[in-house]
Amino acid sequence: MNVQKAIVVIGAGPAGLAAAVAAYDAGATDIVVLERDGHAGGILNQCVHNGFGLHTFNAELTGPEYAARFGELAAARNIEILYGTAVLSVSSDRTVTAVNSRGMIKYTAGAVILACGCRERPRGAINIAGTRPAGVFSAGTAQRLVNIDGKRIGRKVFILGSGDIGLIMARRMVFEGAEVKGVAELMPYSSGLRRNIAQCLDDFGIPLMLSTTVTEIRGRDRVSSVVVASVDENRNPVMSTAREIECDTLLLSVGLLPENELARGAGVEFCTATGGADVDDGFMTSADGVFMCGNCLHVHDLVDYVSRESGACGVAAARYVTGCGIGKSDAAVRVRTSGGVRYCVPQRITRGGCGNLTLRMRVSGVYKKCKLRVSADGAPVAERNRPIVAPGEMETLELNAEQSRRLRSAECVEITLTNKDG
Amino acid sequence: MKIDKFTCIRCPMGCALEVRKDGGKITVTGNACKRGEQYALDEATAPKRTVTSTAELIGGELPRVPVKTADAVPKEKMFEVLEEIKNARLTAPVRIGDIAVKNAAGTGVDVVVTRNIERTFIA
Amino acid sequence: MWYNAVMDTCFDKVYDCIVIGGGVIGTFAARELCKFRGKFLLIESGNDVAVGTSKANSGIVHAGFDAAPCTLKAKFNVAGSRIMWKKCAELDVPYKQNGALVLSFDGSRDVNALRRRAVENGVDAEAVTAEFARALEPNLSDKVVSALYAPTSAIVSPYELNIACYENFTANGGEVRLNSAVTGIERVGKLYRITAGGGALLTHTVINAAGLYADVINNLVCSVKRKIIARRGQYVLLDKTAAPVTRTVFQIPTARGKGVLVAPTCHGNTLVGPSAEDVNDKSDVSTTAEILNDVFDKGRLSVPCLNKRDIITQFSGLRAVCGDDFVIEESEDGFFNALGICSPGLASSPAIGEYLAEKVAVKLRLCENEKFDPSRRAITCFASATDDEREKLIAENPRYGNIVCRCECVTEAEIVQAIERGAVDLDGVKRRVRAGMGRCQAGFCTPALIKILARELGVDEEKITKNGTGAIVSGRLS
Repeated sequence: MNVQKAIVVIGAGPAGLAAAVAAYDAGATDIVVLERDGHAGGILNQCVHNGFGLHTFNAELTGPEYAARFGELAAARNIEILYGTAVLSVSSDRTVTAVNSRGMIKYTAGAVILACGCRERPRGAINIAGTRPAGVFSAGTAQRLVNIDGKRIGRKVFILGSGDIGLIMARRMVFEGAEVKGVAELMPYSSGLRRNIAQCLDDFGIPLMLSTTVTEIRGRDRVSSVVVASVDENRNPVMSTAREIECDTLLLSVGLLPENELARGAGVEFCTATGGADVDDGFMTSADGVFMCGNCLHVHDLVDYVSRESGACGVAAARYVTGCGIGKSDAAVRVRTSGGVRYCVPQRITRGGCGNLTLRMRVSGVYKKCKLRVSADGAPVAERNRPIVAPGEMETLELNAEQSRRLRSAECVEITLTNKDG
Repeated sequence: MKIDKFTCIRCPMGCALEVRKDGGKITVTGNACKRGEQYALDEATAPKRTVTSTAELIGGELPRVPVKTADAVPKEKMFEVLEEIKNARLTAPVRIGDIAVKNAAGTGVDVVVTRNIERTFIA
Repeated sequence: MWYNAVMDTCFDKVYDCIVIGGGVIGTFAARELCKFRGKFLLIESGNDVAVGTSKANSGIVHAGFDAAPCTLKAKFNVAGSRIMWKKCAELDVPYKQNGALVLSFDGSRDVNALRRRAVENGVDAEAVTAEFARALEPNLSDKVVSALYAPTSAIVSPYELNIACYENFTANGGEVRLNSAVTGIERVGKLYRITAGGGALLTHTVINAAGLYADVINNLVCSVKRKIIARRGQYVLLDKTAAPVTRTVFQIPTARGKGVLVAPTCHGNTLVGPSAEDVNDKSDVSTTAEILNDVFDKGRLSVPCLNKRDIITQFSGLRAVCGDDFVIEESEDGFFNALGICSPGLASSPAIGEYLAEKVAVKLRLCENEKFDPSRRAITCFASATDDEREKLIAENPRYGNIVCRCECVTEAEIVQAIERGAVDLDGVKRRVRAGMGRCQAGFCTPALIKILARELGVDEEKITKNGTGAIVSGRLS
């Protein structure tokens, strides 16, 4: 089946729904959202904990509630969502090939918005030695099994990685009657939100072991124990500190990776620091009319930020298809990052673009009393003092119209992190 | 003078809060908003938490339905509330806001459904 | 009257040949036996075939230049490598003649020695310059000084070959007993009585292809006792997006060690490995961080651009080693051993299978089976189908439209067929149709696979395992 659509959105998670709703409101009403699952909301549906929506809805919602709100926004606009529909490929000329149990569908799209989310780094990617028994789960898989499928996955749990899903799952397992022996973190700081350490670990006396890793998994049919050891400054285990911790379950929360196989197929240019596409301030990739937002662009800590970013992406895509937006041919200035700023999204700022810029970035280490600064041709344009920054928490710089204009016309845009007085 | 230190959990900023109790006078510092101040005061006097979990669902598209306490409950009541959630049994369809447990653990707070789940279609 | 009935049953139960071991050697021998008329039984101790050495190896069809001339390894490797393509075509198994390079970092002397051995074994191979090698494989190290190029080296999917032989064996009337460890073998007159899985079985001949445990089986009957050593090989598997080489890249063994290979798999991943460590425990397939790091570093000698970020999993396999050569012989009257089939066992497997089947047939004077059907069809793969073919597949079976494993693009229809063909756990599904084999390593599809397996097998989801042992989920929330 061949179908023409103004905008094809891939993924009905928070990013895809926000993009679709915003694109609709910006005048591009001929939209389809393709979702491989049977429901909208994506991973939010398994995030049954609260803490979502303070920015977007000024309410403290759980994941499913947040997803439902966006589902309602989409439904109110009669936006078509095709469930059980997986996208097999996206081409650089915006042909989207999808499949569901009724057959193959080929969309010719005015614009494509990639909102495919991210996936978890598996055990294999981190080289933990030992046996391969049952009882080793990535934290998100465990979350799905417990919260959606209602499964019991273990009684004595150890967690490697202090990412937010790992922290949330620590509390979740305690709530389901399990004993959580501890959370080990390779780095000297947690990559999770501070409040999750407080309410998911500290509340229950679960130890957070920083600069510690799991060096071996033991057990034949089922995990029987893990060996943990402190690591030195080069993150190598110090075996003299090794000790065995008895457990029947190991959860891995060791990082999220943008899921970008479709974008790779479309031949877009990537940013090595984010794992997502290299985009301009309208979230357009190097392929004309192919946009990207949400966790497949860069992994976020907060769904509220995903919604905001994706809304902006949807608006830009709508402008593109209605002919009043920026095109690929527009010249752009590249945003350079230095001094502890690991990346910035967008990576490019178009000269002909309009609207206020929001720069989202991550830092490479923990810095105290510092200042984020964006400069145009060496002159500071905007600054933000931060008492503390950490790799686990995304930083943003919101620029006003004048500041944005200065960046758009600069030859060189640079973001740096300096100490407060510098 | 007694100083309590907390990490604020009311929003993702995770402010480092300090509560100083000097005789009858309580002051909060480190908060970036009013909610943080309230959290700090609660935490220093009567800590509260919102409890989230899942409850058994009969006849639904999914075997479990996510639930939460409609408001924060006293921290020491968390496990009692969870026990009541474990004993709850809901029947599909359920709608966001439906009451799963009334007046959970005597806290005066209800446990409510947080996801719309339809009935399974049985031919 | 009752006596006759018992005799009939007993007589009915006498097999012409019982093959012990559902690895690639056992199932190949069993499949080749079907070319003759007779009653054949395959016994496997595991819950599926391809669960031992055959599931975790390099998947290389060695050209045959490496084995010492005049050994059984040389004989069967060269013969096996020549017929592998035909067997794979019959059995619809992924096979690719991708050629191999053996790199030298010291000088051309070793390369020439290897080339002489190739000539002696009758294998096509030539010494080439480093420039030539790099022209073939641009990612090779600039430290390479010369290389041997063997164009007939190939790759095959080892477990799919194993499973295909098994399916072709049963399709031709072969019988199978899984979950049946052999606990005793006795000579009863001119027959052997095998105790396995709680029952007794009678047979005229036995093929011992029990892999790591073939020594135990041998020692139950044979006067010459054997000891098999488990040699562990640890591997690293890279994402398909990496694909640094298209040919199999070996290193010439040096005083510093045997070296590791960097090779593509039939499905486009890249393997780096293996190590070679003798382990005491024949079930110890654990991995160790130091050795895997060492394996990776050695792989980087050949292909410096290998990146740890591309690793999607590590695993180890155990090779059955019994001295320097294979032991393939009729050790006792009617008792055939295929023992110590380590590398190049996979490459040799079709030739060993044919050889053993012939031996049994000659011994028992079995007639040709004119009904033998050599062809087996693989489960139709959605990922590699054209869009038109996909449309047709979905029209016939809507489950082809439900992608369950997103990384490898595997549909529910394929998974159901894998279960119909014998998969009983996640690994069984993975080996048959690749669900869970990709970059997320079953992170996303595990919950769905548990559901489908439970539904198709008619068991509780809490009973579903990864590989027959521990259940994945331990119960339900209540």
